[in-house]
Amino acid sequence: METLEPVLAAHPFLQGLDPRHLKVIGECASRVDFKAGQFLFRGQEEATQFFLINQGQVALEIFSARRGPIIIQSLREGDAVGWLWFPKPYHWHYDARAISLSRATALDVKGLMQRCEQDHLLGYEMMKRYAHLLAVQFRVTILQLVDIYGK
Amino acid sequence: MEQAPSPAQEQPGAAVPHLPEPPRLTNMLNPLAEPMLPEPYRVLKRIRETGDTFTLTLAPVQGEQGFHFAPGQFNMLYVFGVGEVPISISGDPDRPEKLVHTVRAVGAVSRAICGLEKGDVLGVRGPFGTPWPVAKAPGQDVLVIAGGLGLAPLRPAVYHLLARRAEYGNLELIYGARTPEDMVYRRELERWRGRFDFRVHVTVDTALGDWLGNVGVVPNLISRARFDPVQTMALICGPGVMMRFTVQELLNRGLKMENIYLSMERNMKCGLGLCGHCQLGPFFVCKDGPVFPYDRLRDWFLMREV
Repeated sequence: METLEPVLAAHPFLQGLDPRHLKVIGECASRVDFKAGQFLFRGQEEATQFFLINQGQVALEIFSARRGPIIIQSLREGDAVGWLWFPKPYHWHYDARAISLSRATALDVKGLMQRCEQDHLLGYEMMKRYAHLLAVQFRVTILQLVDIYGK
Repeated sequence: MEQAPSPAQEQPGAAVPHLPEPPRLTNMLNPLAEPMLPEPYRVLKRIRETGDTFTLTLAPVQGEQGFHFAPGQFNMLYVFGVGEVPISISGDPDRPEKLVHTVRAVGAVSRAICGLEKGDVLGVRGPFGTPWPVAKAPGQDVLVIAGGLGLAPLRPAVYHLLARRAEYGNLELIYGARTPEDMVYRRELERWRGRFDFRVHVTVDTALGDWLGNVGVVPNLISRARFDPVQTMALICGPGVMMRFTVQELLNRGLKMENIYLSMERNMKCGLGLCGHCQLGPFFVCKDGPVFPYDRLRDWFLMREV
């Protein structure tokens, strides 16, 4: 049976994780491909998986009835998509669409949460990574909000 | 009106105040030019870059002399009867026969410049200011980082670097704009991106669904650039907030402060360091800048009241 531990270990989101924890996460992982234009998930759907991108480009979008889909961020290999799975209410807040053929590792949210509850060291490691993503995203969002190119 | 005492009225033996040396009214590249007298230039071509930004190609009304400048320098452009503004030179320094400026219509004078048509005449004084230190960069990787119209003063540096490509290590351009429609020099960016020896990263703050490029902020793209932090020079121009976060990211990546160069923007009037309009702490941006090494500027760059 194919093991995903080497793929997981190579992804920046999980870099430096204890091999024991990688093995546990590997039990919740599967490989997924998305063709250009295919949605990884859509807003309001239940968050059952989140994704570590291994290849390709994914756009996070918010749909506006007047303007159509508005891209708010591009993500590429090495990025994590869908980190809002962690807190309640466990559903997606926006759409994620593959811009080009994209390959990712999908992590089962329920399985991962169960394992984090059982092993708090793993939970802490995941929480540290989650906090880092949040901090980066917070900084990026502020820069986008201030409209630095405005007159 | 109260008058200053004449030397004859001064008390004998009183200390003579030490006054700074008056600035030299010449510039390095054009020492014969009269710096306060605009030369008439005619508009040869006008290209619309975005909804409010235009690129003008100019040639002198009299004579065939070329306009020699160094990448990063600026001119004072004078619309007769309206006013004068500092505008970066955005053309190729190796092609002095054409003087190129890219102007965004934001005020009365810049709107008047953008409204000029082919054949119209405007006044040009310059070139002024310090250049990008591209002559110090051979043997190093070079990061060119621009936001919005900040690409205009950096374009001459890119021309210079590409014309001498073999002298440099990795060359990377990171360019950010608000939306795809706000990008300047789009065809040129596409052409540069097609080169095998120049990596071009483009990002926008927001885009509609048909945009296939990157969406995100400039500092976030630095992680994608390839460079050796010990031997890299970074040239940055863009909005202040963008430059601040970009510098922070470069320092995090190990770049030395003295290898980071910023082009500053201030309201200028004389262009010669006489009037003080462009003062930034102890510097006059028009003559000590606009290009500064970050280690020289750091304390003033981070001070919000300045």
